[in-house]
Amino acid sequence: MAVPVLAGLMGTLIPALDGGFHRLAAWPGLRAAMGLSLVTGFVATVLSLTIALLLTAALYGVPAFAWVQRLLAPVLALPHAAAALGLAFLLAPSGWIARALSPWATGWEVPPDLLTLNDPAGVALILGLVVKEVPFLLLMILSALPQTDAARRMMLCRTLGYGRLRGFALTVLPALYPQLRLPVYAVLTYSMTAVESALILGPTLPPSLSAQVVLWMNAPDLKGQGLAAAGAVVQLALVIGALIVWRAGEILCRVFLTLLAVTGRRGLWLDPFADLMARAMGIALALTMAAALAGLALWSVAGPWQFPDAVPQNLTFATWSRALPDLRDSAGVTLGIAMLSTFAALALVLGCLQAEHRFALHPGAGALWLLYLPLVMPQVAFLPGVQMLALQAGLDGTMLSVALLHLVFVLPYVFLSLSAPFRAWDTRIATAAAALGASPSRVFWRLRLPMLLSPVLTAAAVGMAVSIGQYLPTLIAGAGRVETVTTAAVALASGGNRRLIGAYGLLQMLLPALGFVVALALPALVWRNRRGMLA
Amino acid sequence: MTASLVLHALRVTLQGEAVVQLDATVQPGEVLTLMGPSGSGKSTALAAMIGTLAPPFRQSGRIWLAGKDITALPTHARRIGLMFQDDLLFPHLSVGGNLAFALPPTVRDRALAVDRALEQAELSGFAPRDPASLSGGQRARVALLRTLLAEPKALLLDEPFSRLDAGLRAQIRAFVFAQARARGLPVVLVTHDVEDARAARGRVLSPLGQTVGIGPAAV
Repeated sequence: MAVPVLAGLMGTLIPALDGGFHRLAAWPGLRAAMGLSLVTGFVATVLSLTIALLLTAALYGVPAFAWVQRLLAPVLALPHAAAALGLAFLLAPSGWIARALSPWATGWEVPPDLLTLNDPAGVALILGLVVKEVPFLLLMILSALPQTDAARRMMLCRTLGYGRLRGFALTVLPALYPQLRLPVYAVLTYSMTAVESALILGPTLPPSLSAQVVLWMNAPDLKGQGLAAAGAVVQLALVIGALIVWRAGEILCRVFLTLLAVTGRRGLWLDPFADLMARAMGIALALTMAAALAGLALWSVAGPWQFPDAVPQNLTFATWSRALPDLRDSAGVTLGIAMLSTFAALALVLGCLQAEHRFALHPGAGALWLLYLPLVMPQVAFLPGVQMLALQAGLDGTMLSVALLHLVFVLPYVFLSLSAPFRAWDTRIATAAAALGASPSRVFWRLRLPMLLSPVLTAAAVGMAVSIGQYLPTLIAGAGRVETVTTAAVALASGGNRRLIGAYGLLQMLLPALGFVVALALPALVWRNRRGMLA
Repeated sequence: MTASLVLHALRVTLQGEAVVQLDATVQPGEVLTLMGPSGSGKSTALAAMIGTLAPPFRQSGRIWLAGKDITALPTHARRIGLMFQDDLLFPHLSVGGNLAFALPPTVRDRALAVDRALEQAELSGFAPRDPASLSGGQRARVALLRTLLAEPKALLLDEPFSRLDAGLRAQIRAFVFAQARARGLPVVLVTHDVEDARAARGRVLSPLGQTVGIGPAAV
């Protein structure tokens, strides 16, 4: 995993030294772009983490929490670009919110001249990041919580007279956060450097640094390459600086919580407030997401739709039938790439896990860092270098090269999804089979793999969703010649054809959903006569 | 009388079937033992008393503590101290930090209160220690101190001795009961161990309220 990342970094650095930094320093938008990267990164990460922790602390063990868990998978499977496009339809001056309130409440007969989208402070961009990162962090919290003895610690705090939120912060969080650290770093990096969300929702003059780097990269003249490389290096330095600041913040928070713990203050007054906030935030996020997606779907089948109308005059499949050949082609390419990279990732992950089992290996924290490296490293920092290397090796511009680059991002997620159920498999079954004379490979193919069908398919669906959602890696490895639904949707975003954007956005949402439907339906079908496998 | 724990016709049902049925008064310093095999409703009875029972369980009857009806109170307001099988010391706080966590915020000189408590348990000077560096018996004593420092009005013990080895067990058991008696706390002990029940020297009931015979206490 480290090889493509480090090689890419080197590949980025070399052209940057060739006068790139000089020209970058002369770019008037540099300070604003850097500031924007820092502000969106920190604000989006602090908000996402706070909301995710608040939801957990206030609702853990409450029936409403089961609902939160059920909503996670579909939101996680949604590509960032589709979420951003849906949100743009909602927030734009001519978007659904303005339409719902016009003209009766606002008096607007034409879309107002307001920067509700692409606002210079990046509010829309931050919102777009938060709606996607809260579910991701929640999933990470849910998988880490059982190892923290949360239920008993919470009960102990309650019998000592503590409020839920205070008890959670003082006794569960210190055990939870160390396991949450890498995902949080990934969120911080992503929020600072997101390209497709920034292109769709972020400010334009100047855009965020990463978005500008991508614009330079795609510039036809070769001067852009040096600028892009220098920008990428500055972006990387910013991210590293931000991670250091975040780490310092972690230490401060820990000291503060320890000091708070020994004061014995029970914090009971916080609970009604926290409960209300958690429920309001949860409902607001769910509604925003639902409205954003419904907006995409509705636009894709909309007939004439004048501004203040809340719904179109009629529904038509004209957009779909006109764009069908293009949609079919890019959906085919998207699925082909997703299957290639996911299959390769599954083979590698299963191979690693099986080797770990057979040879009793114990991967340490270093291995986990290595796995997370492509997620914590900003994409714009190492992908331009990867592009250069691929170009020199003549590997760019094919589906295979795109799938190969996707693998770098698909692999960590497949591993994170599959490792826990794989390791939890009851190895006594293997012992029993070995005693009957079965070889290790027979045990793997005939027992372990079939019994793990459901988690393997879920991991595959996660991998497919990750691949389908990739924007920058597709753009770079595809050299503009490989078009997936995601690159097509982002390319369309700057134009004004909302019906077509809606269609591509909806397709972006449906393709990953398809994977999850298969992951749910196939085991139920295969094991319909095996009650022990359906539990 | 006023400081006693009263379980008045306390009944918990699961799909119409009674799993807990208790009618008992536990006097200050007295230990009521609930005994039965696992799955017999012991922990359900405990959950009813501390107020963490959730559907599909249904509860009726009333619980009084120190002259107050606590049946409808949330867990944090009941003032019932709880000890688990494991000591559940927080690993990120020092021994003193664990104890200060339980002290009411109104206590001014917290370091002094912590030191005094440690003295009682013959653990003087342990306040800055890492809980992980303590022996099993020391951890059990710190856990009890932590529960007591929150100034509970009753004590629930959920098999608190089952993880300790035999020699230590009698010693910690005696320490816990002595502390509870000295403070005049009504104690409910949940256990499946006959020796625990004998050492408690009180009534022994099943979760359904029947007297359980345990033979004479070993002298």
